[in-house]
Amino acid sequence: MGAIYIMWLREVKRYFRSKAQIIVSLGQPTLYLLALGFGFGPVFAKAGAGNYLQFMAPGVIGMTVLFSSIFSGMAMLWDRQFGFLKETLVAPVPRLHIILGRTLGGATVASLQGLLMLIVCLIAGFRPVYAHAAGTPGIHNWLAVPIALVFVGMIAIVFAALGASVGSTIKDMQGFQMLMNFLVMPIFFLSGALYPLKNLPKVLSWVTHADPLTYGIDGLRGVLIGSWQFNFGSHFNFLLDLCLLAALAAIFLSTSAWLFSRIEV
Amino acid sequence: MIQVENLTKTFDQFTAVKDISFQVDAGEIFAFLGPNGAGKTTTIKMLTTLLRPTAGHIHLDGFDPWVKQREARQRFGIVFQDPSLDNEQTAYENMELHGILYHIPHRVRVERIELLLRQFELWERRNDYVKTFSGGMKRRLEIARGFLHTPKILFLDEPTLGLDPQSRNQLWTHVKALNEKEKTTVFLTTHYMDEADRVAHRIAVMDHGAIVAVGTSAELKARTNTDSLEGAFLALTGTSLRDESASSTDNLRRFAQMWQQKR
Repeated sequence: MGAIYIMWLREVKRYFRSKAQIIVSLGQPTLYLLALGFGFGPVFAKAGAGNYLQFMAPGVIGMTVLFSSIFSGMAMLWDRQFGFLKETLVAPVPRLHIILGRTLGGATVASLQGLLMLIVCLIAGFRPVYAHAAGTPGIHNWLAVPIALVFVGMIAIVFAALGASVGSTIKDMQGFQMLMNFLVMPIFFLSGALYPLKNLPKVLSWVTHADPLTYGIDGLRGVLIGSWQFNFGSHFNFLLDLCLLAALAAIFLSTSAWLFSRIEV
Repeated sequence: MIQVENLTKTFDQFTAVKDISFQVDAGEIFAFLGPNGAGKTTTIKMLTTLLRPTAGHIHLDGFDPWVKQREARQRFGIVFQDPSLDNEQTAYENMELHGILYHIPHRVRVERIELLLRQFELWERRNDYVKTFSGGMKRRLEIARGFLHTPKILFLDEPTLGLDPQSRNQLWTHVKALNEKEKTTVFLTTHYMDEADRVAHRIAVMDHGAIVAVGTSAELKARTNTDSLEGAFLALTGTSLRDESASSTDNLRRFAQMWQQKR
């Protein structure tokens, strides 16, 4: 247990010590929020879909958590050769504890980033509301904020574990670049963070449903603005998203633990 | 203390370590010498559970590191060729983290961290981030950390690479002192002949994955009819240069150096 805790603590300490990093990593999602949120706003409203800033705020919160958590896992690539990872690889503790501590630490950091992004969204004019018809102002629902954090946490764990699996596999910077282009960006763009997933072309619709982040974003958006992508009733949707994310978290955590235990340097 | 029998490691087509056997006694300082690509680091990696041997047997203090992994790991400390400190934490935090990973009880941990940091002249800087340390200080901290859990064996993989003569000298003085005081067996690799000559009780010369000679410095010189260890080394391994193709690790290492210079 000591090992899990100390590895978790290390990630959290690192986060609080690099204040500049905290601000910088909020920059990109904020740019998306402001440039796209206000830029596409008029078109979105004209299409009768309501307020685009309201729609995309949960998307950029999900984006922040995705990037932060997946990179925490991939940082292992660097750590592996030039850092501290080797020190933990030869330590007389099960590697499962090391990877759990790291992953939970990365997930904690990503959740904190998500929370900060939520605050940025609130400053930009986003308001959590109950379900309402497009075009009408909804009733504020501040209770949604703590519930949304459940989804923030789930997204963080799923992708921190995915990042850790990837980080345990790739060995060089080229691999890292490739993954960035072929894994992280597609996960983001195909998740429904930026556009509604209704009435999409069939193939795109399948792909989006295979994207784990889709369910995280759906959960966030459902909780925060009362709009769910499946029409099963909000309680069912809530549970569906949550269970899917929990299952994915379990799968990715086991995968990363297995891959990590096999690392040879 | 260390027993190796017929150890072999093959990567795809290439055999990095060919059927080597040797033995290191308790309390001994044992040096592995060899040109680049001789298989020194690969051997250390196999001894320290980082790489699975293709064939052969290893025993560390009686434990096979691939069967009783945790017991074996508890018994050795290692200083890697590339730094393995956490730059974003202080020297003290690095030591403490190591202590927790190695299950050292709190009281002993606190005492030993102070003892070792003082011995390696880092106590005054204990609350500074490791990233502010010079290369020599980082190495000292790594070695102090390696001794923290009172290992029976300390592995040092080219610990003096890139250090100035002062730092090298001081580092070996500390290692020798601890070897005498705590009876730690030391297994080291180095490129510097004078170091091996000065510090090691016995030396093994490795070339092309095989051990070509083992013995004290005097024995090696006598065997090759040379008057210096360097002469003996060249007589044993030849004078041809070893041009290895760069691996992805080398590329990363270059990248890391560039990155560190920039900062």
